[in-house]
Amino acid sequence: MLEKKYNPLPGFGLTMGYTIFYLSALVLIPIAALFFKTFELSWPEFWKLVTEERAVAAYKLTFGAAGIAAVINAVMGTLLAWVLVRYDFPGKRFIDALVDFPFALPTAVAGLTLANLFAANGWLGKLLVPMGIKGAFTPVAVVIALTFVGLPFAVRTLQPVLQNLERELEEAAATLGSSRLRTFCTILMPTLFPTIVTGFALAFARAVGEYGSIVFVSGNIPFKTEIAPYLIVIRLEQYDYHGATAIAAVLMIISFIILACINWLEVWSSRFNH
Amino acid sequence: MSIEIRNVSKKFGEVAAVNNVSFSVKDGELVALLGPSGGGKTTVLRMIGGLEVPTDGDIFIRGQRVNDIKVQKRNIGFVFQNYALFKNMTVFKNIAFGLKIKKWKRADIDARVAELLKLLDLQGLEKRYPHQLSGGQRQRIAIARALAPKPDVLLLDEPFGAVDAKIRQELRQWLVHLHHDLKVTTLFVTHDQEEAMEVSDRIVIFSKGNLEQIGTPREIYEQPANEFVARFVGVMNILELTVRNGLARINELEFPAHGLTEGQKMRIGFRPYAVQVSPDLTAYRHQAVLRHTYFLGIMLRLELVLPSGLILRSRISKEDYARMGLADGQKVSVQIRTYRILSKEEQLGDEVATTYETFPSLGEGI
Amino acid sequence: MAGAIKSRIAQRNVASRRGVEEPPLAKWTLIAIALVFTLVFLLLPLANVFAQALSKGASFYWQSLAEPDSWSAIRLTLLVAAISVPLNLVFGLAASWAIAKFEFRGKSILITLIDLPFAVSPVVSGLMFVLLFGLQGYLGHWLDARDIKIIFAVPGIVLATVFVTFPFVARELIPVMQATGAEQEQAAMTLGANGWQTFWHVTLPSVKWGLLYGVILCNARAMGEFGAVSVVSGHITGLTDTMPLRVEKLYNEYNAAGAFAVASLLALLALLTLAFKTYLEWRTQREYELAERAIDSENKPAPK
Repeated sequence: MLEKKYNPLPGFGLTMGYTIFYLSALVLIPIAALFFKTFELSWPEFWKLVTEERAVAAYKLTFGAAGIAAVINAVMGTLLAWVLVRYDFPGKRFIDALVDFPFALPTAVAGLTLANLFAANGWLGKLLVPMGIKGAFTPVAVVIALTFVGLPFAVRTLQPVLQNLERELEEAAATLGSSRLRTFCTILMPTLFPTIVTGFALAFARAVGEYGSIVFVSGNIPFKTEIAPYLIVIRLEQYDYHGATAIAAVLMIISFIILACINWLEVWSSRFNH
Repeated sequence: MSIEIRNVSKKFGEVAAVNNVSFSVKDGELVALLGPSGGGKTTVLRMIGGLEVPTDGDIFIRGQRVNDIKVQKRNIGFVFQNYALFKNMTVFKNIAFGLKIKKWKRADIDARVAELLKLLDLQGLEKRYPHQLSGGQRQRIAIARALAPKPDVLLLDEPFGAVDAKIRQELRQWLVHLHHDLKVTTLFVTHDQEEAMEVSDRIVIFSKGNLEQIGTPREIYEQPANEFVARFVGVMNILELTVRNGLARINELEFPAHGLTEGQKMRIGFRPYAVQVSPDLTAYRHQAVLRHTYFLGIMLRLELVLPSGLILRSRISKEDYARMGLADGQKVSVQIRTYRILSKEEQLGDEVATTYETFPSLGEGI
Repeated sequence: MAGAIKSRIAQRNVASRRGVEEPPLAKWTLIAIALVFTLVFLLLPLANVFAQALSKGASFYWQSLAEPDSWSAIRLTLLVAAISVPLNLVFGLAASWAIAKFEFRGKSILITLIDLPFAVSPVVSGLMFVLLFGLQGYLGHWLDARDIKIIFAVPGIVLATVFVTFPFVARELIPVMQATGAEQEQAAMTLGANGWQTFWHVTLPSVKWGLLYGVILCNARAMGEFGAVSVVSGHITGLTDTMPLRVEKLYNEYNAAGAFAVASLLALLALLTLAFKTYLEWRTQREYELAERAIDSENKPAPK
């Protein structure tokens, strides 16, 4: 039917009104407050605050580590999603459930246990530290923690797409004589790529804002293992509200840009798949 | 009058879904709203039910104007296209829902539900959930649920749309019997002309928001009000004729000019049964080749090609086909027994040219 | 999530081997990598939490939990979750009703705005409330003059928690409500039910699993939130320390086993959340399969 349905259901005014009120009071006004605070600064002041040496070092670590973690997640996430969707093996359900574990685990606990695992006397540290891999209080630790918290995003984004993928595509390629590897590279990868990028972006966005786990694993050494959110906390503890707000505004704007990219990617890849 | 629609229009933004429609339904009647998708028939049904608000015009149920009466207070039973059974409730609770809302007593509810389950052959399914039922069972439960609070009118939106062909046939018969037993005024929407013909007392035909014709199945079939109805209900041969040398012609066929002058155009239509066929090449005036035979149960449809390439469709019974010894590729002679003028160039109104002598049995390959 | 479940079932219906599989060696190598990675990277940290928590024996473990400051952190965490989860639950119901059952302009913008808190770093979320309600914030003086404490007090912790868990219920409910459509509600209305009866008897039961799912996720995050709460709490031991903050404090006091003891409770919460989530998915999948089977049996003639 082309006829648009009129809706006799009641309650639109009430629920919509409440939604707008609650959204404004708890989300929009606080976000606006942050930007108002930023606007109290002149442009040179703002620029000086966000480009001071310590802040730049923090951005570099935050975005660098988040980027590396997201790449690792894109690769491992694709592998995990593939294995979980395509193969049957003992313990599959358990592994599938376990993938959500970083999502359900409070970040503080994740940081605590990872710091302990990779410390010199921890279960993994005992093996790795003698080999020269220091997984605690180093930039490597930051990457490890960010990979941990971002993993579910990469896997869970790709999994449904992989499940809905028509097997006929691969079968068609096989009947045309394409080898499995070739099919994977020329047929599957191009189809899955937009989704893998979406998963990458989601893991990246999560990693950029991460705080709880990093506090425990990184050691928070200025210029070395200090991430941007931690610097905000430091500025706040020094009652430097403008300094904190300026860095927060940078983080927020970058988060919004990533969000916009993700939305665009989803539109783009859904157009691809239908 | 059980339902009366007076000058009702409905606009969705700029789009007019229903244009100034008026008709009425008598007490106890079974009426079909028939038309192609997007014709406005569902909108009309939903306006009667109170699920849409008319932009203009009045709706009466049992003499009372209901425009401003909320859906809850109209005392109608509505059966949705996809049934809209409450998924989280058992069959019993689904049927009892309307009675509980109306605060019936527990014992009365039990009795009424039992009565309906018996009436609709659903005994033993009380404790099932909708997802444990077949499509046909869901359909009947939706009807039972709508009937439970004893509505003044029963409204069904494409009631057989969501079940497969074989069950659809059974359900149609069943709806006729149910209506016969209960005598509740029933209005149903369908896009299937065969279904409307078979089930209903009267048919209201919609197209593009306009009411095209209202009448009994026989009236609709025999005296279509216009070309749309003629084409929509049953198969119709339609020819566009031009007047030359005093006769209206197309290729080798000639018809009276009906008062038209040279060069004017006229459209005529005739049902397949009006095309007579004989294996005796001298029996009728025109020669044709039987190109293909379509089997439609006890009736057969013949596709006949005239020497000029013009195609006519005819319909005869299996017995006649066998008696005449017809076969694909055979040469035959044909004639057009009766026809209707659908439109003339200077006056696009419709008029009856001849009346049909015989009315074929309905339901088989109309 | 509902989509993921559906497609998982669709996948299962497709024969898994149709001559287009990788060679066994490649297949088992991939499985081995996946297994080793998840076990080392996901299971080991989990096991480590409980191992460390119990490293000084069970009695030390119970002592750590029963310690007054830890006990008050546990109570505060429960209190904060008990306030913020119902708030977001009511919001989620209202928002999904408006969004899923009605058509209006700007719907997609509204959905994006609801998702916004997910895009904001937890620390920044906390900072925003400090800027609003802190002593130097926009409303600071007004609140101070009336002796209302929000920042460095429980209300601030609740606000920050509500913010970071804001979208959970709504984003689970919207697709579920959209999928059920408005027809069941309309059917209830033709049978005489008013708006409240319709919501209570028809809408709520049909979305209950999605609702529960959203509430579980919302609760897990509410109890586990660290960054946002850390900024607004003020870390007053025994007063404004939630469990995650208590973990940090014990850790900084070099009481690792104590920190792990409190952390083990949070890890347990995560495990329960996962178990519940898996159960819900299994349930939804089963219901879906039953529905599929019923559709298959439609071809059988209805009993006369």
